[in-house]
Amino acid sequence: MNDFLFARSQMAMSLAFHIIFAAIGIGLPVLMSIAEAAWLRTKNPVYLDLAKRWSRGAAILFAVGAVSGTVLSFELGLLWPGFMARAGAIIGMPFSLEGFAFFAEAIFLGVYLHGWDRLPPWLHWFSGVLVALGGILSGIFVVTANAWMNAPAGFTMVDGKATGIDPIAAMLNPASLHEVIHMTLAAFVATGFGVAAVHAFFLRRDRANPFHRAALGLALAVACLSAPLQIVSGDHSSRTVARLQPAKLAAMEALYHSQDGAPLTIGGLPDSRSERTAYALRIPHGLSLLVARDPAAHVTGLDKFPRAQWPNVRIVHWSFDLMVGSGCYLLACSLAAAWLWWRHRRLPDAPWFLRAIVLAGPLGFLAIEAGWMVTEVGRQPWIIYGIMRTEEAVTPMPGIAVPFFGFTALYLFLAASVFFLLRRQFLGAPAGARRS
Amino acid sequence: MTPALIVAVFMVAALIIYALMGGADFGGGMWDFLATGPRAVRQKEVIARAIGPIWEANHVWLILVVVLLFTGFPLAFAAIMTALNIPITLVLVGVILRGSTFIFRTYDRRTDVVQRRWSIVFGLSSFFTPFVEGITVGALATGQIRVSDGRLTSGFFSGWLTPFSFACGVFAVALFAFLAATYMTVETEDEPDLQEDFRRRAMWAGLILIPIALTAFLLARSGAPWIFAGLTRWWAPFLLGGTSCCALAALLTLWRRKFFLARVAAIGQVTLILCGWSLAQYPNFVTPDLTFANSAAPAVTLRLLIIALALGAVLLFPSLYFLFRLFKGSQPPVRQETSEGEQIERLTTAPDSP
Ligand code: HDD
Ligand code: HEM
Ligand code: HEM
Repeated sequence: MNDFLFARSQMAMSLAFHIIFAAIGIGLPVLMSIAEAAWLRTKNPVYLDLAKRWSRGAAILFAVGAVSGTVLSFELGLLWPGFMARAGAIIGMPFSLEGFAFFAEAIFLGVYLHGWDRLPPWLHWFSGVLVALGGILSGIFVVTANAWMNAPAGFTMVDGKATGIDPIAAMLNPASLHEVIHMTLAAFVATGFGVAAVHAFFLRRDRANPFHRAALGLALAVACLSAPLQIVSGDHSSRTVARLQPAKLAAMEALYHSQDGAPLTIGGLPDSRSERTAYALRIPHGLSLLVARDPAAHVTGLDKFPRAQWPNVRIVHWSFDLMVGSGCYLLACSLAAAWLWWRHRRLPDAPWFLRAIVLAGPLGFLAIEAGWMVTEVGRQPWIIYGIMRTEEAVTPMPGIAVPFFGFTALYLFLAASVFFLLRRQFLGAPAGARRS
Repeated sequence: MTPALIVAVFMVAALIIYALMGGADFGGGMWDFLATGPRAVRQKEVIARAIGPIWEANHVWLILVVVLLFTGFPLAFAAIMTALNIPITLVLVGVILRGSTFIFRTYDRRTDVVQRRWSIVFGLSSFFTPFVEGITVGALATGQIRVSDGRLTSGFFSGWLTPFSFACGVFAVALFAFLAATYMTVETEDEPDLQEDFRRRAMWAGLILIPIALTAFLLARSGAPWIFAGLTRWWAPFLLGGTSCCALAALLTLWRRKFFLARVAAIGQVTLILCGWSLAQYPNFVTPDLTFANSAAPAVTLRLLIIALALGAVLLFPSLYFLFRLFKGSQPPVRQETSEGEQIERLTTAPDSP
């Protein structure tokens, strides 16, 4: 591997790490606030216990989110100075606004975690709501910056220099809407199923535990409401990508040849040399239907682009299938939960259902990672789509392998430490007997 | 004032606040590492209590500085991140280790072995991070980082491997240690013994700071000639005088046990040092090739940024005031919680204390 590849890998690794904690940073405060609101309304101490335990997990996860996010803001310059020199003035705006959202989040997180007995209950709850708002807003802002890389707007290029800069128009670029909606929902889906999975895991052995039952109920409610919306939003994303980045869509669908009535290709082994995808499942006219709502519609394939502008088709296609597959499984879980709840009017706790939810936990996060692979690898070879190639942006610094391996080792160590700390928190949860 | 200058002023302000708050958190980590004597455990506890609620918010000031840098001065950002790639990467390693080990320590087992393991990393990274930060900031002033046509021409080792920038690193460490110990004397009003411990530490750190500052100043003559020339302008004597007065006042008030005043003097000292440094640096950003003017973003961006900063400040400062009021008042208003809540609190804060 050369320095350029190491730089890309380091960026990818840092982002893939951060996004887990970022998604939790968006979703978990919402869950905590709901639990505390439930306590304020019902005075059922189980909900207070829940809010407190979740907030202890949040303290650990947020710290890791904060340090890994700090690393990212520096890495933009350490790895991609050419990009930042050109783009900073155009998309610095959302990052600056994000800074204020971080302040809101960090300040009220401090208040929330350490202020349990220093504030009137409603004010404490309200600071939790502000943490949630800060998290949602920081996600929205940073995602508009990414959307701009995919659909640059708000400037005109004259002789390789950006002029007529309009940072607001850059923020409200054509890709912002679908990315923001899809990412925010993704955070709720992944955190919801992730938390539900943990409590479902413990409920399998201790079915009557009121603590885990309450937790599962709240987490499932959030997850099962967002998952169906996420599918709708994913469809919206696909159709926008088809319009804005046809090469990315073609790679997602492994569509080498432009055609009318294009089939939907699932799985298989895309081979860019022979321009064929072997062993794939094909649904005739599926892609045309999905993209244009017309079975005969024309869909642009990769053949319309010079090879030098193709992204890595295998990674993009497989990641896309992984995301959609996970999305379908999560949708099935949501429907099953709704149906069971409607039949029995109580928390679904059949053993098969709990097992299905445990499996759903990692899938939400897997879908997030896969979705970002689609977005980011699908954008290649561009760092600013159609304007600047990634290799023009990379740092001249040699020896990037060293920080790549260094940060990878550091992050592995962090991940392992977080895992063991959280496990201890969960194992310390109250047993069923004591509460019932 | 040009928009670029206004943004630069905001940046310096954010940097000063970062030094005053985040710097003190680093200092806290150093004193945690150096905790000795019969009250070592208590010292660690009050430090952890003082840092706990505020460190994440304090840390965001650094992020604000970086974000303002790349939005307002993208060319300077690109040049700095390229020329100082190595020390800045080391800063990041320090940031990661310090932030995570602090929180792991808080939430991990209370047994000695585990706690000591996290504490060592936390303490060492609390020294290491400000040291490398000082080196980085010092390097900008050396005049050895050269840029022409937006391209770095001086390589990846120039500027930061100099005696002057290392002196800046040592200075940052000593300054933050002094700051933290002075703050801690105010945080320990109700425990006179502990207060004495921190008073002694503050005075030692304050005394050690003087020769370090002098060394850095003398090294600047050859190591950072532009800055040194800056320090001979008309305002320099006032600024140096003011800084020395604050330093003396801090030591004196510590000695007389006027802790509140000592804190004010220490804050004044740090503020003046950083103001002096930025004035001496002006109008250069990366001395001597990148100035505020020639590395700035277009005026539209800067104007929007100023609006955002003004609006943000309106929301930010009341929230910060609330945070500090809540945890830093001399008599924090602890609400009497009824049985259930407290039971859970006890149950959750010390899961398996021996
Ligand atoms: C819980 C997570 C999750 C789930 C269940 C889905 N997605 Fe997704 N998807 C994401 C999480 C995600 C993401 C990680 O959040 C991405 C990356 C960038 C973005 O905006 O969202 C993403 C990106 C993304 C993109 C690329 C957008 C772009 O490059 O601009 C498309 C086309 C889709 N998704 C489509 C779908 C479809 C059709 C789904 C239906 C089954 C689906 N996603 C389920
Ligand atoms: C929303 C904010 C984000 C921004 C501003 C951003 C920015 C960037 C930049 C500047 C690069 C390097 C240039 C390039 O390779 O094109 C990059 C690459 C990459 N990013 Fe993102 N990114 C964001 C989110 C994410 C997330 C959450 C992931 C999660 C996995 C991700 C995955 C990747 C990958 C895999 C690459 C390497 C692509 C390749 O080189 O093939 N990104 N991103
Ligand atoms: C290049 C891209 C990115 C950069 C530079 C970045 C930067 C940062 C920084 C500096 C922090 C720390 C804030 C603090 O100290 O409290 C942070 C946290 C956070 N980021 Fe990112 N981030 C990026 C990508 C993303 C993405 C893709 C998302 C998700 C949508 C996201 C959402 C968040 C959230 C919600 C937090 C706060 C939660 C937490 O602390 O765990 N970020 N980010």
